[in-house]
Amino acid sequence: MSITQSLSTSMISSSSSAFLVPTQLNSRPQSVSLQPKRVGLCKCVAAPQEEKIAFKTKVSRNANLTKLQAGYLFPEIARRKAAHLLKYPDAQVISLGIGDTTEPIPEVITSAMAKRAYELSTQEGYSGYGAEQGEKPLRAAIASTYYRGLGIEENDIFVSDGAKCDISRLQVVFGANVTMAVQDPSYPAYVDSSVIMGQTGQFQKDVEKYGNIEYMKCSPENGFFPDLSTVARTDIIFFCSPNNPTGAAATREQLTRLVQFAKDNGSIIVYDSAYAMYTSDDNPRSIFEIPGAKEVAIETSSFSKYAGFTGVRLGWTVVPKELLFSDGFPVARDFNRIVCTCFNGASNVSQAGGLACLSPEGLGAMRQVIGFYKENTDIITETFSSLGFKVYGGKNAPYVWVQFPGQSSWDVFSEILEKTHVVTTPGSGFGPAGEGFVRVSAFGHRQNILEACKRFKQLYK
Amino acid sequence: MLQLLIPRKPNLKGCHQKKLEKIYECYEVVQAHLLPVVALGQLEIDYDELAAAALRCYCTKVPRNVNMAKLRNGYLFPEISIRELQHLEKYPHAKLISLGIGDTTEPIPENIALSMANYARDLSTAEGYSGYGAEQGNKALRKAIADTFYNHVPVKETEVFVSDGAQCDITRFMLLLGSNATIAVQDPSFPAYIDSSVIIGQAGDFEDEVGKYYDIEYMKCRPENNFFPDLTSTSKTDIIFFCSPHNPTGHAATRNQLEHLVEFARDNGSIIVFDSAYAAYITDDSPRSIFEIPGAREVAIEISSFSKFAGFTGVRLGWTVVPEELLFSNGYPVINDFNRIMCTCFNGASNIAQVGGLASLSPEGFQAVRSLVGYYKENAKILLETFNSLGVQVYGGRNAPYVWAQFPGRKSWDIFTEILEKTHITTVPGSGFGPGGEEYLRISAFGHRESILEASKRLENLFS
Repeated sequence: MSITQSLSTSMISSSSSAFLVPTQLNSRPQSVSLQPKRVGLCKCVAAPQEEKIAFKTKVSRNANLTKLQAGYLFPEIARRKAAHLLKYPDAQVISLGIGDTTEPIPEVITSAMAKRAYELSTQEGYSGYGAEQGEKPLRAAIASTYYRGLGIEENDIFVSDGAKCDISRLQVVFGANVTMAVQDPSYPAYVDSSVIMGQTGQFQKDVEKYGNIEYMKCSPENGFFPDLSTVARTDIIFFCSPNNPTGAAATREQLTRLVQFAKDNGSIIVYDSAYAMYTSDDNPRSIFEIPGAKEVAIETSSFSKYAGFTGVRLGWTVVPKELLFSDGFPVARDFNRIVCTCFNGASNVSQAGGLACLSPEGLGAMRQVIGFYKENTDIITETFSSLGFKVYGGKNAPYVWVQFPGQSSWDVFSEILEKTHVVTTPGSGFGPAGEGFVRVSAFGHRQNILEACKRFKQLYK
Repeated sequence: MLQLLIPRKPNLKGCHQKKLEKIYECYEVVQAHLLPVVALGQLEIDYDELAAAALRCYCTKVPRNVNMAKLRNGYLFPEISIRELQHLEKYPHAKLISLGIGDTTEPIPENIALSMANYARDLSTAEGYSGYGAEQGNKALRKAIADTFYNHVPVKETEVFVSDGAQCDITRFMLLLGSNATIAVQDPSFPAYIDSSVIIGQAGDFEDEVGKYYDIEYMKCRPENNFFPDLTSTSKTDIIFFCSPHNPTGHAATRNQLEHLVEFARDNGSIIVFDSAYAAYITDDSPRSIFEIPGAREVAIEISSFSKFAGFTGVRLGWTVVPEELLFSNGYPVINDFNRIMCTCFNGASNIAQVGGLASLSPEGFQAVRSLVGYYKENAKILLETFNSLGVQVYGGRNAPYVWAQFPGRKSWDIFTEILEKTHITTVPGSGFGPGGEEYLRISAFGHRESILEASKRLENLFS
């Protein structure tokens, strides 16, 4: 089997719970029984006679990790999908759950990566460690493509292996003694990384929230922008626009209020703009379009959903020079220290791809792929609207946020999966205010999107 | 507030606006010299301007992470780069030879590079495209790693987690452990262990007089103890970082030594973080994996990397092995938490890099990579011989791409500077790796053969 063949057959996400090693939480010795199951035949093997006492180290488990409720959301979705496939091995499952890009990367970009990869085998083309902050031409290209005229320069840009990794690195910069606010619902990595870092209290089952996190409700009632007058002060405010999962894009007026709010409270906004290029109307694409934002905000973004780089791994974070901690120390200095100590740069081949993405031809090609996914989004939005559902998002993001009032989102997720073999993402996975909603992702081959919509129509007609 | 930290001159003359860059540049200088307070005028800073501009700076109310403030200086290797740049500015025509940062120099074998190139190209086809990969890594690669490096020990492919490199894995493991864990490190050691420990909050303040952080156990590794710590005088800690073959001393621990280490860990209920990034450089029959030692599976994780093995320093690929039997004190498997961290704080190594990794483990690729390693080992041999012939006491170089040269009674930054100044060769001062590195210099064997030979010649001139 060729290398590429063996690689492509195994590119499915491993699920976390299928993965879990059985725990031995009792201190009493336990017998380990093995019960192999076969389809149609249940064969039980008696427990072995000798009892093996498992050796335990004396290292305490990190209390923060015990606070986490379940696995990370998306491996859970993958697990459900895998279980479904076992149940219905012949089903044509369509994945509109995990927001994974499906369309090939434009050639102008892959040929640049192929060239760079090949050149690594030549004397002139070989390069070893790159600058941890990223290759200069790429940093410059990011600055000029996305932040032209906004006073953001090349050395404010830190290239990374993706937004999710940057979020954790930012948490490491901030440490355990800061408080944070998130939108509710929101991309789970903000909350989960905060828990891991030790910024939060325990999970409160009654309200489905972690203690010490400020959840800023974003619902149809408030136009998916939090009522800041009711939001308590926190050190850090995570804000994603266009929003994952609701698809809402904050207006200039809203972001101006957010920046003012941060200014008044001395907070730092971590602005996630990973879906900025999906914006249809003239909402801001960067927080730095708002005057004063450089003193209160960090922006993180990604090539994942622009260039189909979900597997290639490339993103960036902007930390303006003007952003200072309370003692005047520049946040960028600490971020740089983390990048140099806890990271070693994004892959050089991926960076070559990123540079090609930002060439005129590359930008054009990316816009085409984005346009394709936006058309998918339109089709999905149209479908649910025509079925009488209240549908949100979709215009400025590759996600459609469909309301199922009074229903448990995991129940809706299960029903849709069971009856149409389409994977979605239950809204409550993104926070308690996601209950009653389901996120439908628009990443998929056109025929799959059309087929999925056909099945939705059949189910809900 | 910035203004409080800056000693004020009695008469505050007119204020003018300063460029923010200058302030930040000044800030670190000011901070470094604040305690004890330096007499005004010794530093070339206009305090009036600085203080005035500082008053205009908006500061958030977010407190700086106290752990970051504990860090002494920048990370070691960027510091070396800065010195190199400064040297080049001073001597623009100098033919600088970098034997400092351990950066690979030889091209990646063609078949490996081609695999990556072809895979990259295929990403623009419907059949060849792939999106998110498994956060734990591609299955075939995990299996290849298990089969190649752990075929003689019981390591399963499901215990192998592919990453974007050892330095990143170290921090992720620290995130997993949290701030309440205590660590022991070899002294000297790869700075990332200590720095990441400080950052996570496991360490106390830095004690200038001894050059150590409080609450970290430093295990001295010197020629006197055969570069293996005296475990009878080592305090118990939760975690023990152990690198073998060792960066920077080049010592490969013997089977006997590692058995003692595992026994020590078992007795104390500690977890060994075994860094085997240089295992491919072993010449003799020293263990290449901690899992060659019976009982290690219940007390150790192993971190490794393709960087020095396949020249992947820029490509970014590594792995960590977490055995299923490794349990926290409450019986919870460490591997479950490691998986959670990988799924939440990471999104997998680049698929292109992973293809390269897989190619390097194919029969053809592995053969090519071994030649590469052999090339650097030959470099190390040349450097070793050079120092030996000059009567300089040297260690390492046989099982690792580093030579550890001793200069008794001398400060390592001074020798570093002297060598840089007089021969235009960068090395790494031993004290950058810990107080146990004072008097030593690490010379890296990564370089073109001509550079290594030229460097040897220059060193011969200097020291003869």
